[in-house]
Amino acid sequence: MSFPLLTATAALPAVGAIATAAVPAARRTAAKWLALVVSLATLVLAVVVLVRFDPDGARYQLTESHPWIADFGVRYDLGVDGIAAVLIALTALLIPFIVLAGWHDADPLETGSKRWRPTQGFFALILAVEAMVIISFESTDVFLFYIFFEAMLIPMYFLIGGFGDRAHEHGEEAASTQRSYAAVKFLLYNLVGGLIMLAAVIGLYVVAGNFSLTEIAQARANGSLHMATSTERWLFLGFFFAFAVKAPLWPLHTWLPNAMQESTAPVAVLITAVVDKVGTFAMLRYCLQLFPEASKWATPVILVLAVIGIIYGALLAVGQRDIKRLVAYASISHFGFIILGIFAMTSQGQSGATLYMVNHGISTAALMLVAGFLISRRGSRLIADYGGVQKVAPVLAGTFLIGGLATLSLPGLAPFVSEFLVLVGTFTRYPAIGIVATFGIVLAALYTLVLYQRTMTGPVKPEVSAMPDLRARELVVVAPLIVLLIFLGVYPKPVTDIVNPAVKQTMSDVHKTDPKPEAEAAK
Amino acid sequence: MNAENLIALLIAAPLLGAAVLLLGGRRLDGVGHWIGTLLSTASFVFGVILFADLLGRNAEHRTLTQHLWTWISVGSFQADVTFRLDQLSMTFVLLITGVGSLIHVYSIGYMEHDERRRRFFGYLNLFLAAMLLLVLADNYLLLYVGWEGVGLASYLLIGFWQHKPSAATAAKKAFLVNRVGDMGLSIAIMLMFTTFGTFAFGPVFSHVGDASEGKLTAIGLMLLLAACGKSAQVPLQSWLGDAMEGPTPVSALIHAATMVTAGVYLIVRSGDVFNAAPDAQLVVTVVGAVTLLFGAIVGCAKDDIKKALAGSTMSQIGYMVLAAGLGPIGYVFAIMHLVTHGFFKAGLFLGAGSVMHGMNDEVDMRKYGGLRKYMPVTFITFGLGYLAIIGFPGLSGFFSKDKIIEAAFAKGGTEGWILGACALLGAAITAFYMTRVMLMTFFGEERWRNQPTRSPQAPSAEPAAEHHGEHAEPHPHESPKVMTIPMIVLAVGSVFGGAFFSIGDRFLHWLEPVTGHSEGDSPLSAATVTGATMVCLVIGVGIAYVQYGRRPVPAVAPRGSLLTRAARRDLLQDDFNHVVLVRGGEHLTRSLVYVDHTLVDGVVNGTAAGFGGLSGRLRKLQNGYARSYAVSMFGGAALLVAATLLMRAV
Amino acid sequence: MNPVYYLYLAALLFTIGATGVLIRRNAIVVFMCIELMLNACNLAFVVFSRMHGNLDGQIIAFFTMVVAAAEVVVGLAIIVSLFRTRHSASVDDASLMKL
Repeated sequence: MSFPLLTATAALPAVGAIATAAVPAARRTAAKWLALVVSLATLVLAVVVLVRFDPDGARYQLTESHPWIADFGVRYDLGVDGIAAVLIALTALLIPFIVLAGWHDADPLETGSKRWRPTQGFFALILAVEAMVIISFESTDVFLFYIFFEAMLIPMYFLIGGFGDRAHEHGEEAASTQRSYAAVKFLLYNLVGGLIMLAAVIGLYVVAGNFSLTEIAQARANGSLHMATSTERWLFLGFFFAFAVKAPLWPLHTWLPNAMQESTAPVAVLITAVVDKVGTFAMLRYCLQLFPEASKWATPVILVLAVIGIIYGALLAVGQRDIKRLVAYASISHFGFIILGIFAMTSQGQSGATLYMVNHGISTAALMLVAGFLISRRGSRLIADYGGVQKVAPVLAGTFLIGGLATLSLPGLAPFVSEFLVLVGTFTRYPAIGIVATFGIVLAALYTLVLYQRTMTGPVKPEVSAMPDLRARELVVVAPLIVLLIFLGVYPKPVTDIVNPAVKQTMSDVHKTDPKPEAEAAK
Repeated sequence: MNAENLIALLIAAPLLGAAVLLLGGRRLDGVGHWIGTLLSTASFVFGVILFADLLGRNAEHRTLTQHLWTWISVGSFQADVTFRLDQLSMTFVLLITGVGSLIHVYSIGYMEHDERRRRFFGYLNLFLAAMLLLVLADNYLLLYVGWEGVGLASYLLIGFWQHKPSAATAAKKAFLVNRVGDMGLSIAIMLMFTTFGTFAFGPVFSHVGDASEGKLTAIGLMLLLAACGKSAQVPLQSWLGDAMEGPTPVSALIHAATMVTAGVYLIVRSGDVFNAAPDAQLVVTVVGAVTLLFGAIVGCAKDDIKKALAGSTMSQIGYMVLAAGLGPIGYVFAIMHLVTHGFFKAGLFLGAGSVMHGMNDEVDMRKYGGLRKYMPVTFITFGLGYLAIIGFPGLSGFFSKDKIIEAAFAKGGTEGWILGACALLGAAITAFYMTRVMLMTFFGEERWRNQPTRSPQAPSAEPAAEHHGEHAEPHPHESPKVMTIPMIVLAVGSVFGGAFFSIGDRFLHWLEPVTGHSEGDSPLSAATVTGATMVCLVIGVGIAYVQYGRRPVPAVAPRGSLLTRAARRDLLQDDFNHVVLVRGGEHLTRSLVYVDHTLVDGVVNGTAAGFGGLSGRLRKLQNGYARSYAVSMFGGAALLVAATLLMRAV
Repeated sequence: MNPVYYLYLAALLFTIGATGVLIRRNAIVVFMCIELMLNACNLAFVVFSRMHGNLDGQIIAFFTMVVAAAEVVVGLAIIVSLFRTRHSASVDDASLMKL
């Protein structure tokens, strides 16, 4: 038996989480370093997965299969396709930056405060989330996926509810109340989604007799497993609802702004760049593969919701007064693009959507982490409290601008490639929707530049006049992300090469081919 | 070494400069401007080598391509990083790198007292790289990268003095208006992809015949939208005036000579598409004609020297767009006017910058006057640029603009007459406003004496102002050599460029293989058109002389007629934008924020509250008394028994 | 004699017991009522055994007695310890099950 690489990739952060939690209370710094080393080691394993993955080989590779709950046909089945491999790499890539950016976020508060901040817990929870996210990307068993899809809510709940920004305009008490509100809202939304999905998972078992993604998908494809149209639609809706909450799709999005606003910047990145990706990934893998006909049936509605989300999220971002809330609404707009790409059912759309998940992860991380550094300096999340930062902290402002430009999909940076692919992919099949979505690029420029103008330019506000520029640790976080943004913007081939074959498979699952160009079709 | 391999170096040199200057940090402050200038000049040298290489080839073999790598490849969607150097792009490369290098040199002097000079040069180099990418790209998507790249550089440079809120706002506005245009370009590319399955220049142009005219018209109109945004054409022109917040060399390079002409490049480059879509072409000519009058009228009313020149730029690009819309009879002249305009307008802006440099950064022409004695070199170079732009016989503007007016008449039919008349009228207004600028700046009484010259618009604007101290009376002086030499070079170009291009139709033969050319049949002879142009010129200059040369210029602007007041406010376009877009948008976002909080969130929260209430009631049943639990148990058991009996009975 | 009368008696006893459990507050009385209900069941089992002519019912009756004995032991112990801590044998005082 070969080395269980996928298990190791997921198990390493899990073991690391336990070890980090077990570090004695006084050895705070050791726990941080341990978490960082574990996350870096996981990154190495994820890169090995990526390298070992052969884009032209079988659909699922590096597979592992063991019986787990034999009576119900639940198995411990792992395997990655191109999409999963890329997203595992993204997750493993972002966690070290999240750990490093949150280096002091869980330090005990200075004198005079009774609040205890369990540093070990903070980093252990981050690693726990990483482990669960990775295993839900790897899982090819519906039940196994479901368990970790739900289980990751628990550490996320504690991360949101337990660790907020240091300063708050209404004092620690109010901050704590708002944090709990955000955490509970996050939990409830996602639990409701998960509950409905559980019903659908059980329904699927009743219909199919097992939980194996590959077996069911194969049986669906060769016709040996027939589902009544209404059954398929109900099951699809059950799955889709859970993923749409997690993604989040308009109008199920309202938990995200609260959660991102109240949590610390690294945790906000964890939510939007890592955990939410499981939702969009699962749409591609589970909705389209298991319920191809129902997916096509629901496509028009989903596309309209996605486009509403793009425009709506962008408009709301323009109206925000809170930096983190603004980024959250921008993310809602971007998730609209991802879902649009997935359900446009073209290879450009789906490859673009996958690429978008990666690029959005990196660009949001860059923007949000720099915003976090900014907020930690001034102790306020309100845009109006800043002004003229560019003059006193040019490097901070510069990196913030690059993060912003990536958010507005400037050509030359990675998000442009994916956004354009999604737009083209949508346009070839649904021109009207494609054109409406294109308005999103104007609005993206609006909210990004307004944010930049209000915080960074203009006369220097007295409160920010002594603001230090980025420190070495912070630069180490931001610089690699920016390099990646530029590299993937200029040369996205390494990612698209891995993703394309998987997308081709998904396209054939739903029996769709790209529309032919008009001039060719006319001949 | 093949000439092809040099193409990438054209872009690489300034890109390297930008990277080094922007990442290098403070330790490069002392040499940054030299690095920037050196690398931009290097790019110019590569351009000249390639030009010599092209000249050595047959006219048909003057297209070089260089494939670097496959950029995006998904299904049938193929985008390559491939450069294409043909006569059209070569023309632009020489213009961009040539004028660009001159302006780098000029900026060494102009930005001398700015502590962020290194960064300024970094941005300038970034602009050059993006602009070269724009004109060298072999497909529309790569062009789009350059297209937005120049937008970014323009954003950074307009907002270079970010501590001024007006500059930051102007930069944002420019980027946003451009984004609207960019949307047009994205949609055009998507349309091309769905129509042709590709968006590379060669395949698209060769398959134009396979597509329906409706699709081609749609593509053409979307490309026009893009061109309107970048080239400040009506209705997306509003950003250009505000863009004058940027340092003057930026206005000269980006907002006069190169970037704003990218729209013309796009239309000429896509000539094959437009030729097959006459409706789109008609719209292009209308946009051009409207803008050339619009810009000219705005230019007449502005007292800010840079904004007057900005109006003029808008108007001159209107000429180019008009010519480009005429199809093969106009493409070559559009580009020719573009090049000569690049010379004289850059020269005029540099002159304006030189005047400002000597006048404590005063921009209000009503506070100038009689400067010719104090700044002889600036006066002469500016004067030559002036003569060139109004089309004084023998200078470059005369050749290029005259051709466009001829071509407009040659369009034929009623359209031809209307377009030609607009172009002629524009020529008269051009003569008027440029004479006005000239007279107010260099002639008349010295209105700057005995008054502090810090205009309210630009408090401590340019760092030089701080250098000269607060409320001092200006001491007009000639600028240093490093600034005057570029002005002299550009003046020489403005004088001889047109004649050089036109004699023997050199420019026509050079560009014809790319753009194609046909002679229209004009209802008027060339001599008639030239005569009419001269008459317009004399009328325009005459009126201006009567108004500003004979009478003293009031130091405070008179109220003026309704049209003047409207023109001062950019013909109310900004007011329209403000009321409809800004206010409307604010209301929309504010109400959406409210809706999101109360309605979308409210529905979910309401559901939660409903369940909360229900559970509150159910909770009352759990009172903790064992006996009440027992009652419910018995009740339940009784119910079950009853139900079973009932089932039996049925 | 018709065994059905014994069944009526068992039902009556059970109802008395159940009512007592539901309405009396004193733990001891409640406890005795439970015993009454158990014995009502026992009576029913024995009658059924007689009616059907096999011994299963009688065997179960023995089991019930064993359970009842065990219950008395545990139950009385609880009641005594409750009385010790609260000085009352009222079941309504012990409403700690409420959240």
